[in-house]
Amino acid sequence: MRPKFGVVVFPGSNCDHDAYYVLRKILGQDVNFLWHKENNLNDSNVIILPGGFSYGDYLRTGAIARFSPIMNSVIDFANKGGIVIGICNGFQILLEAGLLPGVMLRNISLQFVCKDVYLSTDNRRTIFTEEIPSDKKAIKIPIAHGEGNYFASDDVLKELQDNNQIVFRYSDADGNVNDEVNPNGSLLNIAGIINKKGNVLGMMPHPERACDSVLGKTDGQFIFKSIINYLTN
Amino acid sequence: MFRAKVIIKRRPSILDPQGKAVEKGAQHLGLNNIRNTRIGKYIEFDVLSNNRKEAEKEVNEYCNKLLANPIMEDYEFTLEEVK
Repeated sequence: MRPKFGVVVFPGSNCDHDAYYVLRKILGQDVNFLWHKENNLNDSNVIILPGGFSYGDYLRTGAIARFSPIMNSVIDFANKGGIVIGICNGFQILLEAGLLPGVMLRNISLQFVCKDVYLSTDNRRTIFTEEIPSDKKAIKIPIAHGEGNYFASDDVLKELQDNNQIVFRYSDADGNVNDEVNPNGSLLNIAGIINKKGNVLGMMPHPERACDSVLGKTDGQFIFKSIINYLTN
Repeated sequence: MFRAKVIIKRRPSILDPQGKAVEKGAQHLGLNNIRNTRIGKYIEFDVLSNNRKEAEKEVNEYCNKLLANPIMEDYEFTLEEVK
């Protein structure tokens, strides 16, 4: 099957074009923008909730976007097993929508953090990570957020661990996870999680900003290529 | 009609980095007795209903589903009748 990507555009999204560019120009995929007021996912089989500042981050990040008309269709799609990836603000929207557990608190430093980070991949057997080479101890992908301090109750954290739902954790270049390399105070250094079924991924780092070799890093491609291979094979 | 006044607080178990940073300001001001600063939200709105129970129900739904995130926040509100 040739995958069809849909990038949702909320008022205040600002990484929608990056995602579109990477999928169309670099990876040669079929991709369309989906305006948040639509109900129709346009036969997409992968939905991307992009980064940005939907609704100006008013109230709480993602809290208002979660009620955009298209989100009903996205929730429905996800519940039926459709592939959804939320990046940065998209992750925050997935949390508010209840498609993933937990919340994002303000970065512990209170500062907006914009830099390259390394991620260890804790679960390589997902739709989103199969293409990450097994000898790669860490992938390099940038973050850019003010509220990426993942929090969940002890019960939820235990469940995430028991079900192998923690996919990415902030690490050093060798994949070692420790407090020193935690950029935002996130519990267990969590950078990305999947739902129980494994079809919904939320991650704070921006893989779409690490795909074009002109920018000096391409590890983000592994994530998109994993999805493409999963749907193609 | 009712005037609703909602206060949203972070749950006690949730870290409040903003409150901590503000409290550092208090120390810089020389206010050494200030402790446990927590920052929340205050929201006001009208409810177009003449039935208190019905109004309370709607305010609860607004708070639970949108204004507050129950994972990290608690809320309380008052409803004042406006003529």
